[in-house]
Amino acid sequence: MTIADVRTILQAELVTGGEHLETEVHNACGSDMMSDVLAFVKDQSVLLTGLVNTQVVRTADMMDMVCIVFVRGKEPGPEMVELAADRGIVLMKTPLRMFTACGLLYENGLRGGN
Amino acid sequence: MNIKLHYDVPGDDFTRAGEASGLVKRKLKQLGFEPDVVRRVAIAMYEGEINMVIHAGGGEADVEILPDRVTVVLTDHGPGIPDVEQAMQEGWSTAPDNVRSLGFGAGMGLPNIKKYSDTLEIDTKVGEGTALTMTILVKG
Ligand SMILES: Nc1ncnc2c1ncn2[C@@H]1O[C@H](COP(=O)(O)OP(=O)(O)O)[C@@H](O)[C@H]1O
Ligand SMILES: [Mg+2]
Repeated sequence: MTIADVRTILQAELVTGGEHLETEVHNACGSDMMSDVLAFVKDQSVLLTGLVNTQVVRTADMMDMVCIVFVRGKEPGPEMVELAADRGIVLMKTPLRMFTACGLLYENGLRGGN
Repeated sequence: MNIKLHYDVPGDDFTRAGEASGLVKRKLKQLGFEPDVVRRVAIAMYEGEINMVIHAGGGEADVEILPDRVTVVLTDHGPGIPDVEQAMQEGWSTAPDNVRSLGFGAGMGLPNIKKYSDTLEIDTKVGEGTALTMTILVKG
């Protein structure tokens, strides 16, 4: 699916990165612990998190992740938005909770990678 | 090619932790290193940088880039690690709760560094500081 599909499925609001919506994604990872995210590299992936600080964006950048979804309506700050825009990472926020958001993406074909 | 880079890692600003790793990542990419090599250096150095900030009050990073390997040396004057073997175990952490609420302190940093680097040396002395030397090889 594309990042645009992720947005639709999660009823998410785009925060930055509208120019990358057609990028294909294959894997996703849901976590509030960044070292857990850093432990397993996946291709073309989406990070779902309830954590809001610049390290979320840096983690995604180190991992070459292409999209971050903030769950439970969490709002990324201006510093995060700027960093994400600079690194070409899409940010969006969904009112859904982590479990529901992950479940919906899984149901629609995204996988956890290995 | 023999490029040497040096960065100061400030210990008082958590939001800036990872800046040096981000710069190194972009430099390696620009030099044309394989995505896998770039990512391994970036992740290992990033975890080390975070450790210097959360456990040691900041430090310094020295990076040497050669065609066949990248070496990152992270040096701090923090409290040192009393039991390295224990610190290397997955899940072992002395990080306080406020660090955990920032998304780190799961005790996976050093194991991740070991996993992504080809060699890792930890030179540490309680009360004096820690130096981490990690090398990532470019496999042809
Ligand atoms: N640079 C450092 N200076 C002092 N102690 C450190 C340093 N790096 C790691 N440690 C110690 O090793 C433990 C394990 O580190 P790590 O695996 O990165 O987990 P975490 O950072 O999540 O606690 C830390 O909790 C800390 O006690
Ligand atoms: Mg750590």
